[in-house]
Amino acid sequence: MPTAINKLGLDAVQKKGWLVAHKWLLLRRLSQLGILGLFLAGPWFGVWIVKGNMISSLTLDVLPLSDPYVLWQSLFAGHVMEATAIVGALIVLAFYMLVGGRVYCAWVCPVNIVTDAAEWLRLKLGIKSGAQYSRKTRYWILGMSLLLAAITQVMVWELVNPVSIINRSLVFGMGMAGWMILSIFIFDAFVSRRGWCGHVCPVGAFYSLLGKFSLVRVNAINRSQCDDCMECFVVCPEPQVITPALRGQEKNIGPVILSSNCTNCGRCIDICSKDVFQFDHRFNNKISIKVTHQREVLP
Amino acid sequence: MTSDTHKQALAAQSRRNFLVSMARTAGGVSLLGLGLGLYSRQSISLPADAIRPPGVADEKDFLSACIRCGLCVRDCPYDTLKLAQLGDDVVVGTPYFEARKVPCEMCDDIPCVKACPTGALEPQLTNIDDARMGLAVVSDQENCIAFQGLRCEVCYNVCPARGKAITLDRQHNVRTGKHALFIPVVHSDACTGCGKCEHACILDQAAIKVFPIQLAKGELGKHYRLGWEEKQKAGGSLVTPDQQHKYNLPKGQDYDYEGEGLIQQDKQQDTPFSENPLQRLNRGFAK
Repeated sequence: MPTAINKLGLDAVQKKGWLVAHKWLLLRRLSQLGILGLFLAGPWFGVWIVKGNMISSLTLDVLPLSDPYVLWQSLFAGHVMEATAIVGALIVLAFYMLVGGRVYCAWVCPVNIVTDAAEWLRLKLGIKSGAQYSRKTRYWILGMSLLLAAITQVMVWELVNPVSIINRSLVFGMGMAGWMILSIFIFDAFVSRRGWCGHVCPVGAFYSLLGKFSLVRVNAINRSQCDDCMECFVVCPEPQVITPALRGQEKNIGPVILSSNCTNCGRCIDICSKDVFQFDHRFNNKISIKVTHQREVLP
Repeated sequence: MTSDTHKQALAAQSRRNFLVSMARTAGGVSLLGLGLGLYSRQSISLPADAIRPPGVADEKDFLSACIRCGLCVRDCPYDTLKLAQLGDDVVVGTPYFEARKVPCEMCDDIPCVKACPTGALEPQLTNIDDARMGLAVVSDQENCIAFQGLRCEVCYNVCPARGKAITLDRQHNVRTGKHALFIPVVHSDACTGCGKCEHACILDQAAIKVFPIQLAKGELGKHYRLGWEEKQKAGGSLVTPDQQHKYNLPKGQDYDYEGEGLIQQDKQQDTPFSENPLQRLNRGFAK
C-alpha cells in the first residue's frame, strides 16, 4: 500500500535508524559540498589543492580534469584543444563511464542541491501540478547546443548554462548568479517537477549517454521483498528507471537498474525499509530462477 | 479480427501521439535555440575597456576556445585578470582586465598562458613583448597636459617598452614661442597593450587608453602606394624621370626646382638705384 506523503521515510528511519536511513543522502551532500570546498579552499584560505572550476581544474598542480561536454561544444565551435584539456577530459570520461555518468549530477553538481531543495518544498507543500513535457527534451537541447555551436562558432550554451555558471560563480564571485539559482529553484518547485535536472539540462543528458554502459549500478536485488509502498518512486529523481528493475520479475527483466538516467544517488536504498536496493555492478543481473515472488499480504 | 483492428488503431494512435510529442519537443527546443542564437550574437561583443589576457589573437576564435575555467585568473600573480560574472558586459566566465584598475605586469614567464588548458591563450606566445592585448591611444589631446606644453611624460616613463612603444615627439610650442611640447606618441609595432600607461595617467580620466587593436588602428587602402617608399624599395624611380622643365626666363634669371625658386643672377639689375649713394647724389653730372 502506498505510503502517505507525510509519512515518507518514517518506516525506514524506524527500522534502520535515522543515520542509516539517510546514509547515501548524507554522503552525497558531503561529496557535493566537499568538492565545492576544495575549490573554495584556495581563494578563501589560501590552500591551493584544486585550482580552476568544474569545467576545468588542476589538482595539486599535476592532475588536469576537464568537462567533456564543454570540450565537445568547443570542438563544434571550431577549436581543437591543447593536450592538457584533452587528457583532463579523458580522465573524466573514464571515471564516469565506470561509476555511472549521472553520478556527476547526484554527487558533484551544485545545482542538484538547489533542485533537491525545490523538490523538498514541493513535497512539503503538496504541490502536484506542473508543466508536462518529455524527459527527452534534454537530449534535444543537447543536440541543439552542439548544432548552435557549429553554426555560430560560439559556445552558445555556455552563455546560459546554469551548471557552469552557478559552479563558477560560487568559486569566482556571484555577480547575478543568485538570480539564476533562484529561478531554477522556482522552476523546479512551482513550474515543473524535477524540471531542470530531469527534463531540461543537457549536461545531465550528456553524462547519461556517457554512463550508458557504466559498471556501478543500483540493484533491486531483494525485489521480492517489495511491499509496494511506492516511497522509492516518490524520492527518485528519475522514477521511470525503477519500474523495469523492480517490477520486471514476471517479464524476465533482471533486477539491475540499467537505465543511464539513474543518477546513482542512492535515495531508493535509503528510503526502503525492506532493503530492496543496493549498489552493485551491472553484471549481477541474473533473474533468480527460483521464483521468490511473494509479496507481503497485508491484513 | 476485431481485436486486430483494435490493436492496429491503438498502434496508429500511439504512433500519432509519439510523433506529436516529438514535434512538440522539437518545436520548443528550436524556439529556444533561435532565441539563444540571437542572444549569442548580441552578447559576444566586448566592451572597449575590457582587455583580454596575452595570447588572444582574435576575439571570435577565443570565444570558441575558452572554456571559462579561470585557471589563468588563478595563476595571475598580480590579480590583474578576473572572470566576467553573470550580468557583466563581458561574455560570462571569460577572463579580462581593466587597465585603469589593474594593468598587466607583463610577466616574463607568462603564467596565464601556461595555465590555459585549451590553447585559448595561444601557447605559441613565449615572449611577452610579442603580446598584443590591445593598443594604447592618446585619445584626448585636449586634456593631455603634454599638449599644453607641461612636462608630464608619466605614460612614457612607466611604459615597459619605453622609447619603443611610446616615444616623445618634440614639437614647437606656439603659445610661448620659445618652448617645446613633449608629445607622447604610441608605436603599434612595440605596444603590447599592457595598459600601464592608462593606469598611470595623472588625469582624473586617462587621456591615454588601451583599445582593442581593431578599434584603435586605421588601415590604409590596399591600393595605396607611398611613392618615396616604393622608390626606395626599387632603388630608383619607378617611372621615367621627369624632363627638367625650363622656364623661358629673361636673361640673368634662373629657377631652382629644389626649393629656392626664382634666382636673379645679376643682383645689380634688380634696382635702378646704385649701391653707392654718392652716385645717386652725383646723378646728372656724368663723368
